[in-house]
Amino acid sequence: MKTTLDNILKNYDNSGRDALIPLLQEIQENEGFLSEKSIVMTGKKLNIPTSKIYGVATFYNQFRFEPTGKYHIQVCRGTACHVLGSATVLQELESYLKVKSGQTTRDGFFSIEVVACIGACGLAPVICINGEFYANVTADSIKTIIDTYRAKEQEL
Amino acid sequence: MSLTIDINGKSYEAFESETILTVLNRNGIKVPTLCNMKDFIPTGACRICVVEIEGNPKLVSSCSFPVSNGMKIHTHSPRVVEARKTIVELLLSNHPDDCLFCVRNSNCELQNLAKEYHVVERRIHGVKNNHKIDFSSLSIVRDPDKCILCGRCVRVCEETMGVACIEYINRGSKTVIGTTMQKGLNTSSCVNCGQCIMVCPTGALSERNQTSLVQEALGQKDKIVVAQYAPSISVSIAEEFGIKPGKDINGALNAALRKMGFNFVFDTTFGADLTIMEEASELIDRITKGKTLPMFTSCCPAWVKYAEEFAPDFLDNLSSCKSPQQMTGAIIKSYFADKINVKPENIISVSIMPCTAKKFEAQRDTMGRNGINDVDIVISTRELIELIKLYGIDINNIQAELTDSPLGVRSSAGKIFGATGGVMEAALRTAYKKLTGTELTNFKISAVRGFAGRKETKININGLEIGVAVVSGLANAAILLEEIRNGKNDVHFIEVMTCPRGCIAGGGQRIGASESIIEARMQSLYKIDDTETLKVSHKNPEVIELYTNFLGEPLQHRSHELLHTKYSKRDVLL
Repeated sequence: MKTTLDNILKNYDNSGRDALIPLLQEIQENEGFLSEKSIVMTGKKLNIPTSKIYGVATFYNQFRFEPTGKYHIQVCRGTACHVLGSATVLQELESYLKVKSGQTTRDGFFSIEVVACIGACGLAPVICINGEFYANVTADSIKTIIDTYRAKEQEL
Repeated sequence: MSLTIDINGKSYEAFESETILTVLNRNGIKVPTLCNMKDFIPTGACRICVVEIEGNPKLVSSCSFPVSNGMKIHTHSPRVVEARKTIVELLLSNHPDDCLFCVRNSNCELQNLAKEYHVVERRIHGVKNNHKIDFSSLSIVRDPDKCILCGRCVRVCEETMGVACIEYINRGSKTVIGTTMQKGLNTSSCVNCGQCIMVCPTGALSERNQTSLVQEALGQKDKIVVAQYAPSISVSIAEEFGIKPGKDINGALNAALRKMGFNFVFDTTFGADLTIMEEASELIDRITKGKTLPMFTSCCPAWVKYAEEFAPDFLDNLSSCKSPQQMTGAIIKSYFADKINVKPENIISVSIMPCTAKKFEAQRDTMGRNGINDVDIVISTRELIELIKLYGIDINNIQAELTDSPLGVRSSAGKIFGATGGVMEAALRTAYKKLTGTELTNFKISAVRGFAGRKETKININGLEIGVAVVSGLANAAILLEEIRNGKNDVHFIEVMTCPRGCIAGGGQRIGASESIIEARMQSLYKIDDTETLKVSHKNPEVIELYTNFLGEPLQHRSHELLHTKYSKRDVLL
């Protein structure tokens, strides 16, 4: 069951600024992203200016500031994937969906996240959509994959 | 001095736990710095101050490296100079090459370094910065493309002001300085003080320049264009024109403004006297009638905005008086407009302030009547200097002139508003007279003078002990507020100035003024106070005349309508 922001914050009553990252992680786990409201409330709770929280959160790749799409695409940018062209895959994906990494398409279907290493280097370059892995993706095949999901949406 | 160190082959003495940079500066050896700030803990982030230590394989940043006995330092060895030059080249690699179109042209630390280290060709080609300029604030413009990420603005905003509206956003080569959620400065907790501009080495931060609006106004022949300048202005521009720093050149300034085409020139110090009349009356009213205490001054617009955002629980404690700028503006568009028989809407009121927050203040909803602003255009000291040069006025060869009447006479009590403690001192002089009927025997209240961030004293008026406190730098104010919340009750009247040392070091002043220049400005203000005879606001003949003929009594109907205002809680991203 999802806990609300208030319920999460309740557990941090006596916490200091060192609790910031665990707290942000817990919020993201439950809400899917860090909203402006959650940053403001975190600031009030831990007595940290919101600018500092935003600074910390943007430093790490793991935090996002928009809700994830219905299909959340994780693009591996680890060493093996990089060597086999994941940069081009990401670039192509971003231009195909017209959003950058960390963002969500306007229709709310797709969101992109760059991850360090999925641990599936044998499948490089690899992407993962809602837990489903796609191996040896290329700039071309990524479009086909996206189109399959789009078609699935249209059927519904 | 317990240590001996060797610098460039010569031996010098040093203290335990000093940094190398401190020793170098003391002995007249200059190494460049960018991220380093006086009185702040060094971060060693920019690396431009690197020096070579014999036996140490790596270059070290002199700003953060402590000295040790027998250390052998080379400050300008070929290796060091090469390293510094490379740093400058790297900083330039993504920098927009638009020095000629930059507000800080010829007064830029990066430009100076490029010159000093003889960077004459582009060796390193980087991807140029491509960020949006933040025009959202009424006071401050932020151009992240020109930012070199030294972090001085971030530190002054957090550590001196306790505001922390800007921070490093993102990581690595994508790092920028920005606000929460990268929204504009206008929706952040920025109080518009402009101290970030004062510490910015490049043109990444600057005031919202309104010189073109002034030019436009001066060109409108059917309008009466009126200028007022703040108490600290006349002592803050001398050095720009080769005159002794701190020298009061108000006569030349009056003449210069008229030469530009201003129809009337007034001194905001008149408004300061008016503020004192109202504020002292309000203080006495609060003390004798048992109303909310302590009372805080409200002359400083950045402090007022800070209180609205960070301390809404104290809004009742803020004096309801408008600032001298707004009081002068209100009188210009009422009393003065009547006097010269011109409709208020046909007057363009320009004020010249040492401040960027005043630009914001003038645009507040409550600062005018019937859709007419009390003050139309606010320019900073820097913009004034620009205009003086633009209009080809030779300050050194200009015949001094007086300010115009009826808002021209000022007391020296109003003049010292420009330094921290000045408002307090001026207010106490008048409050004493109002409570006792007699004048103070010694007008000088030394306990509230000087550059300390916090000054406190007790003043005995007819057996009534008034506790007063003077703070400058909002972080100091925050500490005092917290003490009051926790029960401190021995202060009744508190002056808050956002900028450390007061308006003479305000966010709109000349960039790059040294400590000694700011000290000279303060000395100049107090010298005016020592030498002039009109030392109290309530004896200013034009202020008396204004009350007799127009306003009535302080705090009464008309003064209340024109000279007082309200504050309300401000919802921003704290």
